[in-house]
Amino acid sequence: MIALENVSKSFDDGASFAVKDISLRIAEGETLVLLGSSGCGKTTTLKMINRLIEPTAGQIEVDNRNVMDVDPVELRRSIGYVFQGIGLFPHMRVADNVSIVLRLLGWPRRRRRRRANELLSLVDLDPNDYALRYPAELSGGQQQRVGVARALAADPAYLLMDEPFGALDALTRDTLQKELLQLKERLRKTIVFVTHDIVEAMVLADRIAVMHEGKVEQVGSQDEILNHPATPFVRDLFAKPAEQLSAFEEHRQ
Amino acid sequence: MNEQSLWAFLTARAPELWQKTLEHLVLTGVSTGLAVLIGLPLGIWITRNAVARRPVLGVVGIVQTIPSLAMLAFLLPFLGIGAKPAIVALTLYALLPIVRNTYTGLSEVAPDILEAAQGVGFTNRQQLLMVELPLAVPVIVAGVRTAAVIGVGIATLSAFIGAGGLGDFINRGLALNNTWLILLGAIPAALLALLVDAAIGLVERLLRRPQQTTPAT
Repeated sequence: MIALENVSKSFDDGASFAVKDISLRIAEGETLVLLGSSGCGKTTTLKMINRLIEPTAGQIEVDNRNVMDVDPVELRRSIGYVFQGIGLFPHMRVADNVSIVLRLLGWPRRRRRRRANELLSLVDLDPNDYALRYPAELSGGQQQRVGVARALAADPAYLLMDEPFGALDALTRDTLQKELLQLKERLRKTIVFVTHDIVEAMVLADRIAVMHEGKVEQVGSQDEILNHPATPFVRDLFAKPAEQLSAFEEHRQ
Repeated sequence: MNEQSLWAFLTARAPELWQKTLEHLVLTGVSTGLAVLIGLPLGIWITRNAVARRPVLGVVGIVQTIPSLAMLAFLLPFLGIGAKPAIVALTLYALLPIVRNTYTGLSEVAPDILEAAQGVGFTNRQQLLMVELPLAVPVIVAGVRTAAVIGVGIATLSAFIGAGGLGDFINRGLALNNTWLILLGAIPAALLALLVDAAIGLVERLLRRPQQTTPAT
């Protein structure tokens, strides 16, 4: 379980807050989507979970341990992270990228190689074809599959995903979302997923936390948020896709 | 000089030419090596320490602007004559390209990649050794290449303070007003510079290869 309690983050000594007094609980095996527009504090919130950013106030627990009491390097190795910018290491082959955490954890080479092949198959990349390539030889979608495989390498119970599909085209994004849903079913990870895409949130989430200007506006299932928006902001936000859809329909004969 | 006496001239000088070329290579090699040993840590340090960056780059830059003969003459009273002051001078000249390229190479590593390295749990040291330095290596080697080529050129002058090398022929030729002797030093020195440039250039290309197809994402 991941628990955030009254967490705040200020980058300018309290003059303004990127994240202001938020509390969230992410249950075992649950996928929580942090949804909000850019600058709302969702990525900051995510990064505080593995201490890429440290909170100004409040407390974050992962597995009932206060993250500030855990060595940050050890903490990060125990939590899978998929990055918005993908962030594969361009000088390492795909298999080495995928198994890098295992190398840091001191696994012997042969076991790493075997696990890398397993992981590549898991994200639907044929190891015989891809293991020895360099990231630059892959398409954006394939690169992010490798990114997901890398995050899963040490079989972490927790997965943090920071707009992982944001830079991909709509079709690739759709495919990867579906595959993530399947992976989720199979692997039962606890996932915190950051996105600004309402549809993506609807597809992937068990619960959605809508963020706005550093605060959580509402946390709930898709149904709760759609049918009982807690604030005008949430109502307006979720009215948007419907408006867009009707504009779309107008043009269809 | 006719053909026969040119041949006689060359065969008579061949052993000495070989020896002077070796001396020249040792002067350049040792000083470039020392400059790598000093410049690489210095370059890494100023990547991490913004306060030290300007002064360090400033100092190694100023050293570069001192005329080489003046530098050699300046070192004489402190270090005497021979190879020692020459190596010190050559090392100082080699520092700028190595420090600057180390800094440039390290600071050009994309922020995405650094964030990923942190996020998956590299320690700072592992991040430097396994990610930053390998990615910066082609740029660093390019700096070493510049340093070595400059070194071959300046090493010619170090004959003036008794350090040996191909400059010896040039010196003697000037003193005796013997053009052939001057050329016997100058031509091999020029060829040596081209050779060093090509050799390190090849290493650089080989190192770049795996990333050649890598556009920054």
